[in-house]
Amino acid sequence: MRKYGNIFANVDWATILIYLALVFIGWINIYAAVYSEDHHSIFDISQRYGKQLMWIGFALVLALIILMLEGQFFTSFAYPIYGVVMFSLVAVLLIGAKVNGATSWFQIGSFKIQPSEFAKFAAVLALSKYLSTLSINMKDIKTKMMAMVIIGLPAVLILLQNDTGSTLVYAAFVFVLYREGLSGNILLFGILAIIVFVLTLIFGPINIVITAVFGYIIVYGLLKFNLKVTLAALAMFGLAVFVYFNYQLSQHVIYYIIGACLFLLVGWLIIKKELKGKRTHYVGVAIFVMACLYIISIDFTFNKVLKEHQRTRITVLLGEEDKLIEQIEQLKVERDMPDISAEKKQELRDDIGEKRYSLRQLRQGNGWNIKQSLIAIGSGGFSGKGFLEGTQTKFDFVPEQSTDFIFCTIGEEWGFLGTFILMVLYTALFLRIIFLAERQRSIFSRVYGYSVASILFFHFVINIGMTIGLAPVIGIPLPFISYGGSSLWSFTILLFIFIKLDSERLNVLR
Amino acid sequence: MNNLSNRKFIVGLIFLVIGVIFSIRLFTIQVVNDDYKNDSDQNVLREIVQYPARGLVYDREGELLVYNEAAYDLMVIPKQVDTLDTLAFCKLLEIEKVEFVTKFNKAKAYSTYKPSTLVKEISSISYASIQEQLYKYPGFYVQTRTLRRYPRNSAAHILGYIGEVNQSTIEKKPYYKSGDYIGKSGLEYSYEELLRGQRGVKRVLVDVHNREKGSYKDGTNDTMAVRGTTINTTLDIVLQEYGERLMANKKGSIVAIEPQTGEILALVSAPNYNPNMLVGRAVRKNYPILSTDSLNPLFNRALMAQYPPGSIFKTVQALIGLEDGVISENSGFPCIKSLVNCHNHPSAQNVAQSVKMSCNPYYYSVFKRILQQRRAKSIFKDSEIGLGIWNKQVLKFGFGQRLPTDLPAIKRGTVPGIDFYNRWYGEGRWAFSTIYSLSIGQGEVEVIPLQMANLSAIIANKGYYYVPHLIKNVENSDTIPSIFMKKNSVGIKKKHFDPIVEGMFGVVYEPGGTARRARINDSIVVCGKTGTAQNPHGADHSVFIAFAPKDNPKIAIAVYVENAGFGGAWAAPIASLMMEQYLIDSIGTNNLAKEKRVLEANLMNVEFKE
Repeated sequence: MRKYGNIFANVDWATILIYLALVFIGWINIYAAVYSEDHHSIFDISQRYGKQLMWIGFALVLALIILMLEGQFFTSFAYPIYGVVMFSLVAVLLIGAKVNGATSWFQIGSFKIQPSEFAKFAAVLALSKYLSTLSINMKDIKTKMMAMVIIGLPAVLILLQNDTGSTLVYAAFVFVLYREGLSGNILLFGILAIIVFVLTLIFGPINIVITAVFGYIIVYGLLKFNLKVTLAALAMFGLAVFVYFNYQLSQHVIYYIIGACLFLLVGWLIIKKELKGKRTHYVGVAIFVMACLYIISIDFTFNKVLKEHQRTRITVLLGEEDKLIEQIEQLKVERDMPDISAEKKQELRDDIGEKRYSLRQLRQGNGWNIKQSLIAIGSGGFSGKGFLEGTQTKFDFVPEQSTDFIFCTIGEEWGFLGTFILMVLYTALFLRIIFLAERQRSIFSRVYGYSVASILFFHFVINIGMTIGLAPVIGIPLPFISYGGSSLWSFTILLFIFIKLDSERLNVLR
Repeated sequence: MNNLSNRKFIVGLIFLVIGVIFSIRLFTIQVVNDDYKNDSDQNVLREIVQYPARGLVYDREGELLVYNEAAYDLMVIPKQVDTLDTLAFCKLLEIEKVEFVTKFNKAKAYSTYKPSTLVKEISSISYASIQEQLYKYPGFYVQTRTLRRYPRNSAAHILGYIGEVNQSTIEKKPYYKSGDYIGKSGLEYSYEELLRGQRGVKRVLVDVHNREKGSYKDGTNDTMAVRGTTINTTLDIVLQEYGERLMANKKGSIVAIEPQTGEILALVSAPNYNPNMLVGRAVRKNYPILSTDSLNPLFNRALMAQYPPGSIFKTVQALIGLEDGVISENSGFPCIKSLVNCHNHPSAQNVAQSVKMSCNPYYYSVFKRILQQRRAKSIFKDSEIGLGIWNKQVLKFGFGQRLPTDLPAIKRGTVPGIDFYNRWYGEGRWAFSTIYSLSIGQGEVEVIPLQMANLSAIIANKGYYYVPHLIKNVENSDTIPSIFMKKNSVGIKKKHFDPIVEGMFGVVYEPGGTARRARINDSIVVCGKTGTAQNPHGADHSVFIAFAPKDNPKIAIAVYVENAGFGGAWAAPIASLMMEQYLIDSIGTNNLAKEKRVLEANLMNVEFKE
């Protein structure tokens, strides 16, 4: 049953209202971020806030057009759209303009457009189309492979444009695949891998391995053998560790012993359930050995595989500045010892120089940015400094204050009240979309809904996490709020296609 | 399918948990933690100190004694310094590269984001050329300060000097900050709080490139610098300079006071130095030179040199004797040289004659009568009681105590009392015969030149004095410290001063008087008393106190010339010239020879007697 004439029939007004609120918040905060006495009219087209207003206008027109189209249009044209966008991604590699080190822009006159922004909804359409095919089963390896290809292709093409941030967004699809039947263990495994990665970088591989062994002995011993054997093993291993720690005692030991025990316990229970008692003995040991290898490889990956700026980002995030200073001081003491060879001395000097360079990078680059970002947000206090009263963002202490770091302006001028409202708005939007997705009759719409929520969520986590020091500095925009036409339009298209699909849900036969 | 449907809760939970984690984190950094607020202020707020001009100092006639001259300090904020062409910059600043690097590192060690002074007191000429180029060197700026200047090149000991505050002062007085200037001596020290004015602070907002973006809160919290208060002193700079000229190539001091008010007209200490030597950067070069000079020009003899007063002290003894009633103005004592040595003169028939002739045995007898009044059976005890009473009376003259004048670092001198001799000889082991030297101002009594001038003023006033002081009035205020307005009586009846004044008249005008050289002219009557103070270090000191005119005195003076011998020889003519200069404003032709003799005399290297 189709309703002609009223394009707003059955649309979800809650979602649209949140969308409009976020867009409005974005616009006035872009105004605040780049405000200057010379151009005080918020409609001044020569300034970013004036331009953003234009982009918003276009976005609303796009939204209307989408609502006017048939939902059927998107299901039918999912693959062609995907094809066209993938082609443009290849094209941009060949003829695109380079901005900030990334070859991701088409430039026509003064007008620039970023195809990678539109790759998101293209990938979403294609994935939805694929997963809604009747003969599909997520348990099949072929299905998994095919899904990975649909997601992986744009990711790889964007990575080739040297735009790491936009590439990482495709990791968000793990939530969609999980909902559609991908093993939960993969989700859990991913989260565990990240946690172990971070812990290893903070505490060093040796400590984590030792902790893991302790945890393993406890869990495995209690499950398989008896208490006595467990205690004996613990005592022997403890003695060995004691000898080791006589050389380097760490004050954090207790924290990661507890942490690692918990992870291993969870891991073990999963393995046990999966294998249902079949040869758990050997499998357990094998998994354990692999885990240890992973831990040890992290150090190698971090120091040899990652690039310098990536290392810095992670080091900054982990707050390792103090550690670096400490290391430099320690090396200095060694260097000034009287009884070392000239060769060794030179070696130490080089080490110090290298570490000093990193420290400078840390302080001037990402470290400085994060610090300024925290200062801007933190100085907002409970109720903020007031509209246009922010100093940190307006006086350029915060970088990219209208795009990637727009959240700093909100934090500084509106305080905790403002940021908390924003948290509520976003979380409400994500949950609302999931709720809407779950009420869809067609798999296509559901997959599409989950994809929208996941992508928005990923942007939200990385962007805000970055400004408050909980995620590494990865330059991706805050949905609907950050300055920029391409991202606003792409998010708008993404969202409004879903709103359109949702408004027609009753037309779809089960 | 149902299984998978439950997964919506897992996904929803993850979304919700992240929202909660972010909210908690935001609450922590925005509401709980205050550090970021301070950091934010530190980022954008720059305090620009507005240094006030220090107060001016004038003499009693309105002559300018101290003013300010602009000086420029080059400041640096190390954090903002970009890649720097050190060599070119050093050339611009006219300093050595090594010096620059040391200073820059020191500034960096102090703070990377707070300003430090890199080069102090750039001259206005170098400033002009530096200012033109400075835009090329981010992180550097020039701060204007003021330097003290002394147009008259004299009165260094009185005016004092200023210097940077030291750490202990900063800790004691929170007003001061590192790099501030503070009065270190003289009037600059005494009237520091008036002269310094009030520092102002301007708060401006700056952006990340340290460019000024406007005033903070529209300048409502800014304070203006209040310039220092102008001070008018009692000093007569013409007289002061004349005194300094007269004392050239001599060691000693001159103190001249207006008796009716206690206003110090001149306070000369020789040798002295040019006050402009201790200004600004020159201090570093000149201070060591001055402080290691064997003649010790930094030493203010007028306040810090404690001398035996010699015969001028006889006036005090006579006054105490008269007040005690142990002598009358007509008491006569024979000049018996076996008691104490004396020069040849007829015996004094009364107090006036004793002063005129400065008879030593006469005062031996007077002092004996003062001390031994048969108040106790034991002569030891009798002397002790006598000395106690005498000591109290002498202190009333301002001797043996720090006169609370408005210059720092003043000595008290010594008026020995019972405790003093008990410590020295033991209790009951001394009597008049042990301490009779006091009678003629020798022995253990010590005074400073200011106290001598004060004695002269007491005699001129016939019985009272005002604490000698240098402050005449203060801008925007009708009062000076009350201690300088208080009339201090010495507790001796006015009539007892008449024979003393007569004697002092005789010293100058009568046959047998010891200071004929103190005469000025026929119209101005001078009264004076010579002294020739023995001292263990060398030739006798030449001492003279005087006042003039005899009736209604306008100036009281004390002159002390070290190792210059007889009081009438050098101290008397110097005092006379000073009084003439002050009272007539010039030296009469009859006295030009006297003036020439004094100006040309070099008494610096008088041979020490064995």
